[in-house]
Amino acid sequence: MLLLAVDTATPAITVALHDGDSVLAAESDVDARRHGELLLPAVDRVLAAAGARLDAVTDLVVGVGPGPYTGLRVGIATALAFGSALGVPVRGLCTLDGLAYASGLDGPFVVATDARRKEVYWARYADARTRVTEPAVDRPADLADTVAGLPAVGAGATLYPDVFPDARGPGHQSAAALASLAAELLAARPLPDGGAPAASGGPSAPSGPGGLDSPGAGFLPPLPLYLRRPDAQVPKNYKVVTPK
Amino acid sequence: MADEPLVLGIETSCDETGVGIVRGTTLLADAVASSVDEHARFGGVVPEVASRAHLEAMVPTIERALATAGVSARDLDGIAVTAGPGLAGALLVGVSAAKAYAYALGKPLYGVNHLASHICVDQLEHGPLPEPTMALLVSGGHSSLLLAPDITADVRPLGATIDDAAGEAFDKIARVLHLGFPGGPVIDRLAREGDPAAIAFPRGLTGPRDAAYDFSFSGLKTSVARWIEAKRSAGEDVPVRDVAASFQEAVVDVLTRKAVRACKDEGVDHLMIGGGVAANSRLRAMAEERCARAGIILRVPRPGLCTDNGAMVAALGAEMVARGRSASAWDLSADSSLPVTDTHVPAHEAVHAAAHAAAHAHSHVHAHAAGEGH
Ligand SMILES: [Zn+2]
Repeated sequence: MLLLAVDTATPAITVALHDGDSVLAAESDVDARRHGELLLPAVDRVLAAAGARLDAVTDLVVGVGPGPYTGLRVGIATALAFGSALGVPVRGLCTLDGLAYASGLDGPFVVATDARRKEVYWARYADARTRVTEPAVDRPADLADTVAGLPAVGAGATLYPDVFPDARGPGHQSAAALASLAAELLAARPLPDGGAPAASGGPSAPSGPGGLDSPGAGFLPPLPLYLRRPDAQVPKNYKVVTPK
Repeated sequence: MADEPLVLGIETSCDETGVGIVRGTTLLADAVASSVDEHARFGGVVPEVASRAHLEAMVPTIERALATAGVSARDLDGIAVTAGPGLAGALLVGVSAAKAYAYALGKPLYGVNHLASHICVDQLEHGPLPEPTMALLVSGGHSSLLLAPDITADVRPLGATIDDAAGEAFDKIARVLHLGFPGGPVIDRLAREGDPAAIAFPRGLTGPRDAAYDFSFSGLKTSVARWIEAKRSAGEDVPVRDVAASFQEAVVDVLTRKAVRACKDEGVDHLMIGGGVAANSRLRAMAEERCARAGIILRVPRPGLCTDNGAMVAALGAEMVARGRSASAWDLSADSSLPVTDTHVPAHEAVHAAAHAAAHAHSHVHAHAAGEGH
């Protein structure tokens, strides 16, 4: 297995290559405004560092957010195009799950990332591998009771210390963690026919409370978790004609 | 013909997800997925709605184009993509996908200019472009008069709208008349049954001291809206067909008058008209008539190639390959205000800067005429 993971749902542009046993190479850069520019060169460098070519990749995993949309779409568009060109399945993972996995925590905690507009994207976890709520977007103050007393992981936590006084690392998403989580998930669910799912995204893991097969900790379709409806605004320079 | 470059082009600058495949100047596939219906109730293109639709449609549209053309992605000689101008978030979906496809297939990538693509698409209809070609680009996003001595390297802005794009004016008047979005086709249809001389609407920027090649449709738009409102407040019926015909006549008169004048001034005997408004039947008829009188050969692609599409991007990409232009680098970014003088975005900064400087030395009106984007 050669698994390529990318995530651009947060300010991090992060890429990792995993062979099923360990991470072969990984790279992360934090630049909220240049996802589109930085992702492909990062993929190129990660492949070069591992001495691999893209056409040897057998599995693609992409962080599907939640995250600010413009950056989020870069990773997903890239992964989907790779998948189409290579004929390889593309699976989504919740970006918050990567941060949770990287935290290594084994008790309850919360992951929070910056959703801008004074809001956070967040979810609660029972442990590093087990998400217990659907990802959501809320104002931190509205979460105070829900997350009281819980350690918090992710840059959204450090932004709002009043609500998340027990902020822990990591602050930024890493595709290495995402790739490791994906490799665990793939190893835990061998397919009945022994082959890879043919369609992009493949079937999600069956649901069940807790553990790797919970709906929150499994693969998702490679589609963005926007969580918000689009702002229905025509561009600023659009002048409305109002007859006097 | 088989050794002409086989290029796939991706266009996502506004609300159409377009993927075209060409071999040289031959069109093999032109797949388009439009999100126009999702924007209709807002009376204009909503950027976030467009970006979401692009992401969903991108790969299926690429796969559909490849299937239609009956070619293997492995046989492509290059992948071209609109790098700008356009809506930033929308462009980024196409650029990301194009880079990933090109990288995965080991093909050169060409980030190209949307406006130059609108001109180059005519090669698919009428064969190689004469050099130079004069081009009038009119759509909901742009109204530009461009001189193109070399579509791959030298496009010079002569004039552009100083306020609304021509297509925008059609949309706005259609809205005032409660005719829906987009406004172009319905106004064109109603105008055929109306009298273009019924109401004397103003012709913007046509005075002796006005910029010879610039356009302004804002005053016309306001004038039409006020005329309609005056009728309504007087309790009279609005003669919709006459209003549509007279408004359209004012727009088309200015566009064709300035385009023909530019041809004469620059000694160019070919005029190409592109962009969504080029589908307008009155614009085609008046341009035909005025060009014939001035001894100018008119080239207007069929309507499907005038609106935003992937074939036009592929057409320019194929020309880039044929002329040995530099490919783009993997760090190509979307540039929502890419100047029209940047016909493409080559890899090396040095090359880029030199081409940019040379183009600016020639352009005498608008350094940022293309910046109006969509
Ligand atoms: Zn256009």
